[in-house]
Parts: sequence; C-alpha cells; structure tokens
Amino acid sequence: MDVFQWLYSDTVKDHFTNPRNVYDPEKDKDFRPDAEGMVGNIKCGDQMMFMLKIEDDIITDVRWKTYGCASAIASTSMLSETIKGMHIRDAYHIKPADIASRLGGLPENKIHCSVLGDKALRAAIDVYLEKKGRAGEFKDEDAQIICKCLNISDKDIEEAVRHGAHDWYTLQEATKIGTVCGSCRARAEELLHEFVHIYG
Amino acid sequence: MDFRFVYMDYNATTPLRPEVRDLMVRALDIYGNASSLHELGRKARAEIEEARANVADLIGAKESSSVYFTSGGSESNNTVFNTMFLIGRKQARRKIITTAIEHPCVLNAAVHLKEEGFPVVFLPVNRDGLVDMDAYRAELGPDVLLVSVMAANNEIGTIENIGEIARLAKVEGAFVHTDATQAVGKIPVSVEEWNVDYLTLSCHKIYGPKGIGALYVRPKTPIEPLIRGGHQENGVRAGTYNNLGIIGFGEAARLAKAELAEYGQGVGRLRAMLRDLILERIPLVRINGHPVQVLPNTLNISFPGAEGESILLSLDMEGIEVSTGSACASGSLDPSHVLMAIGLGPELAHGSIRFSLGRYTTEEDVRYVAEKLPPIIARLRKMSTVPLEEFAQKIR
Repeated sequence: MDVFQWLYSDTVKDHFTNPRNVYDPEKDKDFRPDAEGMVGNIKCGDQMMFMLKIEDDIITDVRWKTYGCASAIASTSMLSETIKGMHIRDAYHIKPADIASRLGGLPENKIHCSVLGDKALRAAIDVYLEKKGRAGEFKDEDAQIICKCLNISDKDIEEAVRHGAHDWYTLQEATKIGTVCGSCRARAEELLHEFVHIYG
Repeated sequence: MDFRFVYMDYNATTPLRPEVRDLMVRALDIYGNASSLHELGRKARAEIEEARANVADLIGAKESSSVYFTSGGSESNNTVFNTMFLIGRKQARRKIITTAIEHPCVLNAAVHLKEEGFPVVFLPVNRDGLVDMDAYRAELGPDVLLVSVMAANNEIGTIENIGEIARLAKVEGAFVHTDATQAVGKIPVSVEEWNVDYLTLSCHKIYGPKGIGALYVRPKTPIEPLIRGGHQENGVRAGTYNNLGIIGFGEAARLAKAELAEYGQGVGRLRAMLRDLILERIPLVRINGHPVQVLPNTLNISFPGAEGESILLSLDMEGIEVSTGSACASGSLDPSHVLMAIGLGPELAHGSIRFSLGRYTTEEDVRYVAEKLPPIIARLRKMSTVPLEEFAQKIR
C-alpha cells in the first residue's frame, strides 16, 4: 500500500488527530499505573511509553506517550483501545500485523514505526510480571527459532540486545549465535538491527 | 481564521508563473527542430537563443554561449563531476573538495568519485551552516582539481561565501563549481563577481517549468558531455532541443532578474514576520541557519519534543504545506544530513520544519500559519516522552 493513501485513510487520520488513551499531564496526574514500559530512542526519531493498570491479570486501563511520527501515534492509539479489558497474556501476544489490519493495512516503510507500540506494551507487562515474581512467564510462547544449530530464538536475540549487545560480535559473544553453520546470519542481523533501533 | 491553502514549500519547487505559462502555451506550437536550417528551425533557434541570453543575464554571464541547457540541476551537477572524473583519472591533480551539506546529487556524485579512487573531502560547516574556512584552507593545495560548494543551502538557507572560496581555490589553480539552484532568483548571483568556472541552476525553482535547467561553463574551461549524441549545445549536451522548456526558462529568468530586489524585500519581510510570530507564540524553539547571511525566503525551525513528520502532517491537515528534516519523512532512519552537519543532534533534527516562502505568499498566509502552528506543537509536546526542560539549554 502507498504510504500517502494510508496516512489519509479516515481511520488512521482519526487516530492520529484524536489519539485514544494518550497520557494527559493535567487530566491524568492521578493515574497510578501498576506497570510502565518504555522503548525506543529519540536519537532514532521515536520513543514510546506504556502505562498499565492491571487487576487479576486483566488490563483495566491504559495510558501511553510517544515522541513519534503519525504512523506510530495512530497504531498505538488503536493498540491501546484493543487491549483494554484484555488478559495480559493475550495482550502480550498481539502482533503488529493485527493492529495494522485494524487500521486497514500498513505500508511497508511504516511497519518499523508501528512496532514500537507493542514493544512498549510488552515491556510494561514484563515489568508487571517481574513485580509479581513471574518474570518471563510469556516470553517463549511465540518465540521463533532463528539459529537452528544452537536453538537460539528471536526472543534470545531481543534479550541479548536489551542487555547490551549492539553488533554481530557482541551478539555472538552473548548468545553464540551463528557459530556453527552460520546460515542464520542474514536473518539474525536483520533482527539485531531492528532491536538495536528499538532498545538503542 | 477560515481554512485556507498555504504553500510554504517553495524550495522544493515553485508553481508556474502565469506569465511564463501564457508564453509556454503560445510556444506549444513552436515545433521546429532548432538544429534544422529551414525557417521553422531557425524560428525555434531564435527563441532558444533569446532564452539563453535571459538565463545568462540572470547569472551575470558575459557571453550567453557559456550557458548550456540541461534537464535540470542534477544533470548539470553530474556533468561537472563526470568531467572531473575524465580529467582526473589521467593526472595527479585529482583531489575534490566539497561540503557536508550539499544537495544529494552533488554528495552522491562526489561519493562516486571517491569510490573510483579520487581523494574527496567533505568540508565541515559551523553551527550557522557556513563552511569551516580553516578546514578549507588546510585542504587546499596544488593537488586540488575541483572545489564544489553550494551557493545557498536548500534546507537552512545559509548563503556561503562563494567569492572568497573561489578566490582561494584559484590561487591553487583548482576549478570552482557552485550549485546555485537555491540562490538563483532569490539573491544576486554573478559568475563574474564570484569568479566561478561552473554554476548550476534549475528552472522549476524560479517559477518556470520542471525538466529544464542549465550549466554555466566559463569560456576555455574543460567540459565533457554526460549525454553523447548530436552536436547540440556545441557538443556539450546532445539531444533535440526542449523548445517548450527552454522558452519557459528564458521568460522565468527574465522576470526573476527584473524583480529580484522587489522579491527579496517582500518575501524577506514575511519571513521575519513568521519568525517573530513563532518565537512569540511557541516556547523552546531553535532557528536554524545563519541569522543574517540567509536566503530571504527560508526559515528552518526545530521544535524539540514534537516529531517532524507529525508536525508536517498536522499542518497539512490544516492546508499548510511544508517539509521536515525528520527521518520518518525521508524513509530512512537518519535525520537530515544538513541539520546533523550544523551540529544539531538527532533530537533537534527530527523535530525540524522548513518553511520556504515565495512570490505568492501573503501576510494572511503567515498569520494563518502562526495561528495553526502553536496548538499543533503544544498537542504533540503534551503527548511526548521527551522532557522539554532538557532542551532549554540545547537550543541555544
């Protein structure tokens, strides 16, 4: 889809100009989240923060903030509506593609902008699980194996980047990825690039 | 204020002036091949030579035969760099000096020469966007083949000291090129005063049609065709004459020259008005570019805390058309190379907007923008993860 058509579809325009559940410093000054998650980096041009209220593993309310482009604002607004009343496990496994389809699709060069929302949401849920002594509970449920030789998943790469790996060599040091047959390198480097951008 | 359409992206391109348009409509029937000897051909040729004289006049060239028509700025720039490639590959003098803030067509032509083994230097600029003259002097020497510096920057409007840059280059015997695409029609441009060997200009930035531009080449200076073929343009640029484009270009050039002083004053006053209104109504902004040595129509501002593409689209929904240095709008992850080169840092570069005013901008347009912009910035800053206080020092 063409990026210009997308930005001007009625749904996207609506969510961009009237974003739902966005944090308002005045109105929401009494909003006390049970967990917060922040990803992205202003240096790369976008940053996202999610604040969740959770009761019995159900998301009862949500607020978010962003320094981001129109696509990031629209998709996060849609995401925030979608997860209200949802079990944290289901929210954790929402894919950017699900949100994109609710917005009528997403142009290829804007996918990058719209994944920040669900990464921030996951970060917030991780914080919540950690607080509850349930760290990593949903982590591997939808992991994809990238390095077949050593059974290393996309989640492992994500985890390594979050703990400081920033290029192929530091990633290899942390995970030993690609040290056997090496055929996973192209895909792994793609993921590495994506995660480095998100967790900067 | 009622919704209105406000075009403030004149540095990207300009609308066709009605006077130019009218002349072009009449010129649509001038179909003669200007290379033909018969009457139709001669008639077309006469129109083209008149246009050439007008373009030469606009850039202060003594002889109109020094002006070669091309398809636009990118072709003119590439013709110069290709000529340097052909000369430089056979001799030791082959160093190329250019700047970090050139238009992508110069940057990429220079990168190509670098890949071909030429020593290429991209000079740094200071915080106002002026070429670092100490760095320049340090790079100059008898091995320099070409110095290529833009006359005025498209994003921030800073006007370079081309006369001084050329003088220093000439001492070393180097050729001097300037991409004057953004300067022509906005400020006085003179190939004689500046003493440059090559100058690039484009027609669609001066209210003429797209697809036509020119390259000035000082007499007795080497130039090689990028497009080979017939003997048009003294063999410098092959291809049947673009009658319509050239005739439109001539008229646009004639008008630009005649109205230059009036244009500068009018648009300069509106730029100052827009700048002052924004400074008065929006806290924590940074004006980018040189405070005085700047194009009269270009106003580049960073709004920390608000992302550029979001500002651009919000303005667009109000009928206001501008451009941004944000990465999101460019399709890459990197913000504007010009804003990074003046040392802004990504946080300020991603939140920058370029307002470029023009001949048809009115005071009402400026007031409309000054009314619509503050709530847009306030809204985006309010939902932003960026703590604004952090920028209070950075913007100075």
